Amino acid sequence: MTSSATVRRGLLLLPALAIILLLIGLPLGLMGWVSLLQKGGSSGVDWSAPPSIGNYLRLVWEEDFDGTMILNPTYLVIFLRSVAQAAVTTFLCLCLGLPVALWMAGLSKTGRNVMLLLITIPFWTNLLVRNYAWLIILREDGWTARAVNAVWPFGPVQLLYNDVAVAIGLTYSFLPFMILPLYSVFEKFDWRLIEAAHDLGATRRRALKRVVLPLVMPGIVAGSLLVFIPCLGAFVTPALLGGGKTAMLGNVIQAQFGSARNWPFGAAVSVVLLAIMLVVMTAMALWRNRRAAA
Amino acid sequence: MHDDPAVSIEHVSKAFGRGATAVHVLHDVSVTIGRREFFTLLGPSGCGKTTLLRLIAGFETADSGLIRIDGADVTDAPPFRRPVNTVFQNYALFPHMTVEQNVGFALEEQGLPRDQIRRRAGEALEMVRMQSFAQRRPAELSGGQQQRVALARALAPRPKVLLLDEPLSALDLKLRKEMQIELKQLQSEAGITFIFVTHDQEEALTLSDRVAVMQSGRILQMGPPRSIYEAPTHRFVADFIGDINLIEGEALASGGIRLPGGATLPGPAAAPGRVTLAVRPERAKIVPAGSGVIDATLVHSAFLGTAMLHKLTLPDGASFLIREADLSAPMPERGGTVGLSLPVEALQVLQA
Amino acid sequence: MNLRRFPATREVSIAVLAFLYIPVVVLTAYSFNANRTATVWTHASFDWYARILTNPSIQAATWNSIVLATAASIAATGIALMAALATRRAFPGRSTTESVLNLPLILPEIVVAVATLLLFVSLGISLGLGAMILAHTAFCIPFAYLPIRARLDGLSGSYEEAAQDLYANRFRTFRRVTMPLLWPGVMAGFTLAFVTSLDDFLTSFFLSGPGTTTLPVYIFSAIRAGITPEINAISTVMLLISILLVSLSFFLGRLRR
Repeated sequence: MTSSATVRRGLLLLPALAIILLLIGLPLGLMGWVSLLQKGGSSGVDWSAPPSIGNYLRLVWEEDFDGTMILNPTYLVIFLRSVAQAAVTTFLCLCLGLPVALWMAGLSKTGRNVMLLLITIPFWTNLLVRNYAWLIILREDGWTARAVNAVWPFGPVQLLYNDVAVAIGLTYSFLPFMILPLYSVFEKFDWRLIEAAHDLGATRRRALKRVVLPLVMPGIVAGSLLVFIPCLGAFVTPALLGGGKTAMLGNVIQAQFGSARNWPFGAAVSVVLLAIMLVVMTAMALWRNRRAAA
Repeated sequence: MHDDPAVSIEHVSKAFGRGATAVHVLHDVSVTIGRREFFTLLGPSGCGKTTLLRLIAGFETADSGLIRIDGADVTDAPPFRRPVNTVFQNYALFPHMTVEQNVGFALEEQGLPRDQIRRRAGEALEMVRMQSFAQRRPAELSGGQQQRVALARALAPRPKVLLLDEPLSALDLKLRKEMQIELKQLQSEAGITFIFVTHDQEEALTLSDRVAVMQSGRILQMGPPRSIYEAPTHRFVADFIGDINLIEGEALASGGIRLPGGATLPGPAAAPGRVTLAVRPERAKIVPAGSGVIDATLVHSAFLGTAMLHKLTLPDGASFLIREADLSAPMPERGGTVGLSLPVEALQVLQA
Repeated sequence: MNLRRFPATREVSIAVLAFLYIPVVVLTAYSFNANRTATVWTHASFDWYARILTNPSIQAATWNSIVLATAASIAATGIALMAALATRRAFPGRSTTESVLNLPLILPEIVVAVATLLLFVSLGISLGLGAMILAHTAFCIPFAYLPIRARLDGLSGSYEEAAQDLYANRFRTFRRVTMPLLWPGVMAGFTLAFVTSLDDFLTSFFLSGPGTTTLPVYIFSAIRAGITPEINAISTVMLLISILLVSLSFFLGRLRR
């Protein structure tokens, strides 16, 4: 009885696990290996090259004409910009998402469902198309640019193809990822605790800080993670709204697997991206465990 | 009755989980349930009564022991091969089917022709007076109506045994009383064995031919409601069913039992040593001080409508309740000393 | 005093809704603009919609997108349904299994996309529709799995016990009780998987071989070539399809149990 149930469970799980492990796990493993090889040949990878960490070194240093290694800031800058953009976007999403989630939780059941649908829809609609809409709004000869330039005293400004445009696009793309987890925490929140805080002499602001914030912290952490990680690997937004000078890690990876055709180097950049993600997620998990233990 | 039982359970044990974390829910339980019997498993939540019912239905498998239904060994048979049907606590009516489809479900599984399914589903619904609701969905029915449909659905395939898992617990008090009477009538009309699980002692005493009181995976006492009520054998049984007074005494080697305060009763018989005696509040009487077996202090009296309830304190500090049905009996004074008369045949010696 | 109302949350919420929906409205409005230069509004017209209907590249890309999304979401839903049934009850290793199933949700898509490209090329699997269907099936699994699991978790096990008690064997119980009750969850999962596949750009971008462009890949390369009213029109159509399908799955998910 028990063993036949185990066999049945195994058979039911087999296709899902096989597909995910073969089409996601295996490729990631292969990429780790390729990141140690050299570019070459028609397929983009020289499979016979001896494994080395040269691709990782190239992220920071380059070989000068006379063979000495000198610091090459190109990728370091891109790396820092990616982290900064992801951090700024996470912060902006938090600032916009917190009030929205708070407000939603206080609505009637119908109101909440309508809002939930309105927040969910952008989450599922085409990322490319939504970023393209910002391209129309911000472009050089558009109404927005003309309106801004009419009041801007310091000469003509370009709204598109800069870090600000990318930050707007990223915030726009990932805002629902912040609102939804925050809302799910607020929805379950026991509002009588605020009454209790008021009763014990806390003002509205103090109640928010001392009672609400600590209790909704898990939602804030979850939402931040959901925004930060995809931002770090963003490709579409910087490709459409950023110019050549605002590339992020995703654009480097795409370029190496596309026009530059240096797959091992692209693989190394991908591994770095995964490593940052892993560090952030481990930090969160540790925080959660410490919190659970406390 | 015992030669040809409807259900017999022999030395059944069941544990959930394994190793150190295993929870033993049934310990070596044996019961024999006769044909057309209304048999009730009574006990607090967690006593194993529902697990025992689920073992009979086939939703759980016994770790050891044997279960026979109608003489056939069904210990390892799946639920769909057992001639029993269940009325679930939450009814478990299929929400995507009409009342008629629900009631006809088992008949369709048994491969009956369509016209016969319709006729028998109609008959079953008629039995519970729900025929006019045949085309409704369960969600459109009240709790009591759902309860009736659940009964009809379980009775439609004419099972040998009907299992009822706290079927009345979701109903309000008034409806519950009505359904109790209806259940009893249905059982005698259908002429099949009912195995009923409940934690409500009053319900168990009202409905059953026999009651098994369970605690911590064991059956403590089994018998007709009257003997369970009047002659509980365990402290737990006495405590669980109705109001009871417990008196700590000492059985003497010379026979007789010494009560707190020093008086000695001639019976009932017990092995020498400390004993607990149980007596129902309505079986004791207040008599003038000094003329009973013990003197006690009257703490409080309350009028219950049909009786007076007196609360007394015994010499060892234990409290004692008396229900006096004779309202014309003289009213003792509060705080005063009264005598307590205990007929020996009303005293019951309890096991721990 | 209503404790649930915090000052300014309403105003911020309205601003956020505007922020989320104004670009969509602007895009839609421009798609009806008759003027070719797209900056000057002349008058409303359906010209660009008529034009995308007759554009052979768009037709081919649309067809590829539909075939891809249909194949990948059907496969993913079937696989996810099996996985959801298997992970319904607790067993040792369930949470690990769930993490593996949800892996595609956490990993950055661009990394998975180039890694898959690397695998296919090194194994000699030719790029194109087949490669895209395989990769899409993998990342659609969690999107189909989550709604089905949610529905299963809300489903009391006593319905199935009741069916077995009423003489239905395992298979009959699944067909007559489990599946009909699970159906809204399966449909919601299928819809979400379909939308996810239909909207996907990155994976298709790397795995589409020559001649098998999907609609998002076509739109991307068209944007790179310059903003045209046709892109506005086709983008609007894509948005509408997504909104329609997501609303549908939302209502399916909320269907009475």
